[in-house]
Amino acid sequence: MARRNNNPAQHVSFLAHRRYFWLKVSIAICVLSLFGYVSTDFDPVRNGGTWYGYTLGVIGTLLILWLSVLGVRKRAITAGHWSLKGWTSAHVYLGLSLIIVATLHTGFQFGWNVHTLAYFLMMIVIISGSLGIFFYQYLPQRMSTNRSEMGEGDMLTEIKNLNQLLDDTAQPLDNQYIPVVQKAIEKTRIGGSIFMRLRRGHRRCETRKALDFFRSEMRNVEGDSRSNIISMISVLERKNSLLVRVRKHIRYKALLQIWLYVHIPMTFALIAALIAHIVSVFYYS
Amino acid sequence: MAQEYEIAIIGSGPAGISAAAHAAELGLSHVLLEKTDHLSDTIFKYQKGKHIMATPDQLVLRSDVDFEAGNREDILGRWETQAQDANLNVIYDADVTEISGQKGDFVIKIKSGKTLNAAHVILAIGTQGNPNTMRCPGGDLPHIQYTLEDPYAYFDEDIIVIGGGDAGIENALGLIANTLLSNRVTLVQRADGFPRAKEANVKALLQAMNEGRLDVLTQAETSLVEEKFITLNVSDGEARLPCDRIIARIGSAPPRKFVESCGVEFASDDRMAYPVLSPTFESSVEGLYVVGALAGYPLIKHCMNQGYDVVEHINGNTDLKPADEPLLAEKFAKLPGNMEVSERLEFLRQNVVIFNDLTPLQMREFILDSQIYSFSKGDEIFKRNDYGSSLFSIAVGSVDVLIDPNDDSKRISIGEGEIFGEAGLISGRRRNATILAASECILVETPRNAARKLISTVPAVEKRVNTIAIERLLSQIFGGGLSKDEFAAVIADAELKKVNAGDILIEEGADDTDIYIIRSGSMIVEKKIGDKDVFLSYVSAGSYVGEMALFEEGRRTATVKAAVKADVIRLKGVYFETLLDANPALKTQIMDQLSDRRAMNAFVEGQKDGFDSVADLYGARANFLIEQGLGEATDALLIDETLCIGCDNCEIACAESHDGISRLNREAGQTFAHIHVPTSCRHCEHPHCMSDCPPDAIHRAPDGEVFIDDSCIGCGNCQRYCPYGVIQMETAPPKKPSLASWMMFGIGPGPGQAPKAWTKKKLAKKSGDAPKVAVKCDMCKGITGGAACVRACPTGAAIRVSPEDYLAYSKDPSKAKA
Repeated sequence: MARRNNNPAQHVSFLAHRRYFWLKVSIAICVLSLFGYVSTDFDPVRNGGTWYGYTLGVIGTLLILWLSVLGVRKRAITAGHWSLKGWTSAHVYLGLSLIIVATLHTGFQFGWNVHTLAYFLMMIVIISGSLGIFFYQYLPQRMSTNRSEMGEGDMLTEIKNLNQLLDDTAQPLDNQYIPVVQKAIEKTRIGGSIFMRLRRGHRRCETRKALDFFRSEMRNVEGDSRSNIISMISVLERKNSLLVRVRKHIRYKALLQIWLYVHIPMTFALIAALIAHIVSVFYYS
Repeated sequence: MAQEYEIAIIGSGPAGISAAAHAAELGLSHVLLEKTDHLSDTIFKYQKGKHIMATPDQLVLRSDVDFEAGNREDILGRWETQAQDANLNVIYDADVTEISGQKGDFVIKIKSGKTLNAAHVILAIGTQGNPNTMRCPGGDLPHIQYTLEDPYAYFDEDIIVIGGGDAGIENALGLIANTLLSNRVTLVQRADGFPRAKEANVKALLQAMNEGRLDVLTQAETSLVEEKFITLNVSDGEARLPCDRIIARIGSAPPRKFVESCGVEFASDDRMAYPVLSPTFESSVEGLYVVGALAGYPLIKHCMNQGYDVVEHINGNTDLKPADEPLLAEKFAKLPGNMEVSERLEFLRQNVVIFNDLTPLQMREFILDSQIYSFSKGDEIFKRNDYGSSLFSIAVGSVDVLIDPNDDSKRISIGEGEIFGEAGLISGRRRNATILAASECILVETPRNAARKLISTVPAVEKRVNTIAIERLLSQIFGGGLSKDEFAAVIADAELKKVNAGDILIEEGADDTDIYIIRSGSMIVEKKIGDKDVFLSYVSAGSYVGEMALFEEGRRTATVKAAVKADVIRLKGVYFETLLDANPALKTQIMDQLSDRRAMNAFVEGQKDGFDSVADLYGARANFLIEQGLGEATDALLIDETLCIGCDNCEIACAESHDGISRLNREAGQTFAHIHVPTSCRHCEHPHCMSDCPPDAIHRAPDGEVFIDDSCIGCGNCQRYCPYGVIQMETAPPKKPSLASWMMFGIGPGPGQAPKAWTKKKLAKKSGDAPKVAVKCDMCKGITGGAACVRACPTGAAIRVSPEDYLAYSKDPSKAKA
């Protein structure tokens, strides 16, 4: 759970920023919108075309435009007393408040038209954003635990070292085994396409295969060769367990980014649809 | 004996060349003796293409040899040509082993056995010293080398690196950096550990050893060197290893010993001390002059000017004013009255007590490093809680110290000739009082480095400053509570003590009642629960510890040990009791603290059995942070990994705020219990980077930021001194297209530090070499809003904190929930 205290000398999550100030603002917006919605008498029907509908529409549009500016704020490192954490906090809560504001704006009138398209795109943006909040909230700790005080660079260096060690350990092995080890060194893939990065299992990993191979081979040999294979297995096990960690790390990293591949393009689509929605409303009214 | 030369110049660095060139110009018979086979070895040993700067800019160059900023090759090439054109009489490979005789008849012995005679000697040998050589049989074989210029120059060799200092370790690590070269490297160290190397280097070495990338032999000594083999005495016998190359980095003999053997006196026994010199650079031996780095001047321009001036002086020109005269005149320009520079200097020297023992030359140097101000009555000189580590001396007038932040009428006066600001200088922390000018006054402000140099070179100054500092610190704590006699007794009994990191000052359960005032450094307080040391609190300089024992039937209830190297003052507990009896308010305050402490002790004791998760984690975390150097930090970047999404926006923001170079590396650095200390400046109380900055370019701003100004010459000293690896040597990258053109049209590399390839491509179009300068975090000094890394963190993972604020939180384990 996000931390509650707001001591400047302690870390405070963006969700708890300024004692949940933006959550409170967002709740206030939702409550006021709902209150206005139920307490106003609309004639003949509730829709976006009433004075209240326009009000919600303007609020919603301004919110969407402001929310999309986060991408610029993040990159324009100007002087001044702004905090990106505050912006993120506001972005998250105000973005969520759009669910109420925009839904009320529709007056629950949906159809196969540009208006509903804009609403639909907005909901995709909000849902992908919510996924982002979920990932931001739960993945960092898991990532940190998984890395267990190593950095990504350290892990990759360690794999390089283990490859060197595999090479050394392979020296006393019989010739027939060399290609298996070579493959484990050269053909073990880390990362790759987005799907490779998101995948959990890596059964076709060459290191894994070599490990399985030597484990079964161990039963067939005796004496010195056996002990050589045992030391090979122990190195392969080390590399394999590290690979599991590295891949997990890469998977988490990919998850932290993948939602943005929906969130950002959909935001642009939303803004386009929103313009179409507004233009058409005023053109046809 | 017949006079061979009028002037013999030893050492062909900037000072030596300049002196020889001027002697040649004046037609004086001279000889320039150089130890190596080329001119100016110190600069010769710089890395290829290194840009050399010509600071201080405002100082005029007075020499027959040219010098302006440029790269190493151009400068060395120019000196070489000019030395030939001017017909300098240079003898190469002339290692001087002895200088004897007196003015008019010096005898100079050279290693080769040759002897020379000269009427005057100019010593310009720098401070590098001679590398120690191997003394075992075979120690003169050609495959032994004492430097490593290019670690990638060797392939498939058995290389033995001897010496576990920084140089040896760095060389060994350099040799294994490129695995494709397949060198087999063994580092041989005589001691059991690596006490003289930087911690970061030792860590990297041990890691490389654990990974099997190199071998390390400790407690090993070379007994024999043969071609292709080396024999070592190791703890369990003898080892004969294959060896194609030996790189011996076994330290160098500082030149001081040699200089003293010539009869030259030094200012003190301090390691930093320089020879005692007259205003004309004449040493305690008449006719023997010392110039350049050895005289305490690390900058090339100073050295060249001195070489010229000394030759002028020898030639009979006694009226020559030093080249820095206009600089001094400018410093004095704003002062009332019309006096010559030398009169001003003499006035200051006589008026300010700590300057009394300085020579006129030292006086010049300190005033050049210092600033002179005149203040009107009531002007504020500095404020309580400003950062500042300079020392002020009152040349004229007096100042008032506002000792009580809540009551401006409580003042102490400090009079003419005295000093103030010493507390900040010693502790490296914020100023502890506001100072106002009590009358029209003239003050000399000496920056920390110059002040420290003054303290270490003139023993009388050290004593004086220490006495004043102790008196003031005590009067601040005991202020008014003791009678004059009692106070005098406290002072007389106070004992200055130095403790190293990890040393125990107070041991839990002991029955002494001494009280310790922490002058510099910091302490951690721990309590033993079961067999674990539980972290209770962190105490910084300016506070005192040990008073609790007075109320706990004389038993120490916790252990206090040094977090970093610290200076403390030990006082007898009995004085403190007297003080408390006389000062009921203080007593109440301490009794309150005591009941808090008791409550916490009770809490800690009560949790004895289930005392694992919470406090244990906090204690371990605190210890980890202390290990990471937070014990000497004033402000450090801490990242909470449970919040960090790895977006690197902190680095991007840093680069965007500072000429396109990020001064922090988020991923590097250590992590413990989800708290990550990235590679980023900690703004130490006593910054290691300031230890030896030739142009004195590193300063501490009033808000505590340690920053490097534009006068950096790119020597890299600060980078080497920083134990945390947070300083880089970088060239300012070219300007990037605007953010808008990147976002709209994808022009340029986008926000953050530009990729190397892009920078290289851009720079290739420009001509001329851009200098590399030291780059470090300045806490976004001067940028509204403060540290960009923190402002730009989207999740709240990055904060900048001072250790006492961060660690204070764990004082109360009941609140210490993550």
